[in-house]
Amino acid sequence: MSFLRDSYCRSFSRVRMEKYKFFHHTADAKFQAFGQTLEETFAHAALAVASLIWDWEKIAKNIEISVTVEGKDLEQLLVNFLEEILYLLDTRNFLLGSADNVSLEKNDGDWSLHALFRGDVYAGEYEIYGDVKAITYNEIVINDQAPFMVQVVADI
Amino acid sequence: MELKRIDANTWEIPKHADMKVPAVIYASEKLLAGVKGDKTLQQAKNVACLRGIQRKAYVMPDAHQGYGFPIGGVAAFDLEEGIISPGGVGYDINCGVRLLKTDYTEQDILDKKKLLLAEIFKEVPAGVGKGGTTRLSRRELEEVCTKGAEWAVANGYGMKQDLQKTEENGRMEEADPSFLSQRALERGAPQLGTLGAGNHFIEIQKVSEIFDFDVAKVFGIHSVDQIMVMIHCGSRGLGHQVASDYIRLMENKFGIRGLPDRELINAPILSDLGNRYYKSMSAAVNFAFANRQMIAHWVRQVFQKVMGSSEGMDQVYDVCHNVAKFEQHTIEGRVKKVCIHRKGATRSFGPGRREIPEIYREVGQPVLIPGSMGTASYILVGTSKAEELSFGSTAHGAGRVMSRHEARRRFRGEKIKEELEQKGIELRSTSWRSVAEEASQAYKDVDEVVRISHEAGIGQLVAKVVPVGVMKG
Repeated sequence: MSFLRDSYCRSFSRVRMEKYKFFHHTADAKFQAFGQTLEETFAHAALAVASLIWDWEKIAKNIEISVTVEGKDLEQLLVNFLEEILYLLDTRNFLLGSADNVSLEKNDGDWSLHALFRGDVYAGEYEIYGDVKAITYNEIVINDQAPFMVQVVADI
Repeated sequence: MELKRIDANTWEIPKHADMKVPAVIYASEKLLAGVKGDKTLQQAKNVACLRGIQRKAYVMPDAHQGYGFPIGGVAAFDLEEGIISPGGVGYDINCGVRLLKTDYTEQDILDKKKLLLAEIFKEVPAGVGKGGTTRLSRRELEEVCTKGAEWAVANGYGMKQDLQKTEENGRMEEADPSFLSQRALERGAPQLGTLGAGNHFIEIQKVSEIFDFDVAKVFGIHSVDQIMVMIHCGSRGLGHQVASDYIRLMENKFGIRGLPDRELINAPILSDLGNRYYKSMSAAVNFAFANRQMIAHWVRQVFQKVMGSSEGMDQVYDVCHNVAKFEQHTIEGRVKKVCIHRKGATRSFGPGRREIPEIYREVGQPVLIPGSMGTASYILVGTSKAEELSFGSTAHGAGRVMSRHEARRRFRGEKIKEELEQKGIELRSTSWRSVAEEASQAYKDVDEVVRISHEAGIGQLVAKVVPVGVMKG
């Protein structure tokens, strides 16, 4: 079983899909995130937002924060999910290193999302090089069928 | 899209399709070419379609694409039929500029410039994740949001005279912090008295040119080489959260069907939600006024410590760049109260308006237009003509032309610092990457922006200032 998983990882890494990509946008940060599933795509969008403020690859995963957000539609769910990163930064100095175990659920037309944020509390040891004021609905796109993709513009 | 040239610097998108009024753009051919490259014009057209819009939708010379409204967009709405829109104010509510004068000259501070900047850098918390030195209880924070700069002065930050030289006297009376979400208060609590990051800055500047000596004198600007201090920041996470909260609440209440852009979501001014947004936005405006009041106080303390005196460091003015408010304007020959949205625009009231301080009432209000990092900034004066041409509004800055991502790819922070030093400009920042993102080449030419404001008559040139020391958030 572990052999199978290893070989899967290796073959997966050979064709590894990029997690996200930024585009030219005059005043703001516009990106697309990709994934094998919509859940993974949302997780990669979280990394894209983090990458505007700090280098998430360098963040030690010392603490875990369980996150739950809701939305009337997928777009609102995504915006609320990504806003959570900004909220946790402002209120707890939390720097996201990864967004794991993302799960999406639809109940009576409303969406909810659960995720586990792993990362560290900022105390001066990481470079913080940017600011994101808000996640906007501007040019927001969600492909909820394969190939999965979300497009977001952040106000920076 | 049809674009009609009205005169040298005025262009109009005639009323068509769902537009309720025409849209007017103040721009030179050069600035217009830039604007055509993004979605500014389409966004101006969308604004012109909103319910209750009065006279025209206006686009300032520094405009660029925003969300919903363009940045540099000005629109007024009828109080009964009209709407109020968080997207018409922006996420950084009351992002604005405060200018202090000094009686020092460049020569006076020459050998202390580095120290002044280092001390300001030490005193004023900046950068993301940097909390303020002031920890507030919920009750205190609500008081800040109710009283704005008045709270700061009452708590020992600055002087009473600063208040009358602040737009709205540093306090929007309609603010009601009981409408703020828990999250907005939580984000605001650690951030009062902080500069933030992005394009926010404190600059030690010198006057490099005076265009209108009489008006300059009224503003306290008396000579070339006079040292000034400019502070540019806003309402931090508290304001951002207010915008996000009310966009969501309005979407959930009114739905998004029929909106050309989801960020144009709005509520009738008379509705409960419209009213709650206005009062929450006003609370965020007050937070930002208090923020700049505290920072100005610390800057004065640094001058006191380093130079031996902070006497003469009077406030010239403090202006909002992102705000909605109720103002009286003449529309079709009738004076009426309307709800003005200024998103990336500065109020530019001319002589006589009762909203401006008595000492400036004969000449018009100071209009503060910061340039990009390392370039000039300008002090203009509001005009009566602006009231006819743009509901008393003009530009607010240089306006970006290049994404931060692209700027980071092209420029290096360390190199920029070197180049600025060669020009005699000291630079302190929390991050090199953020310096690269704010490279002046990533911005429009602010000289061109203010020239068009002047020529179009929506804000007249008074003085030009250039940086000698820059602290970037």
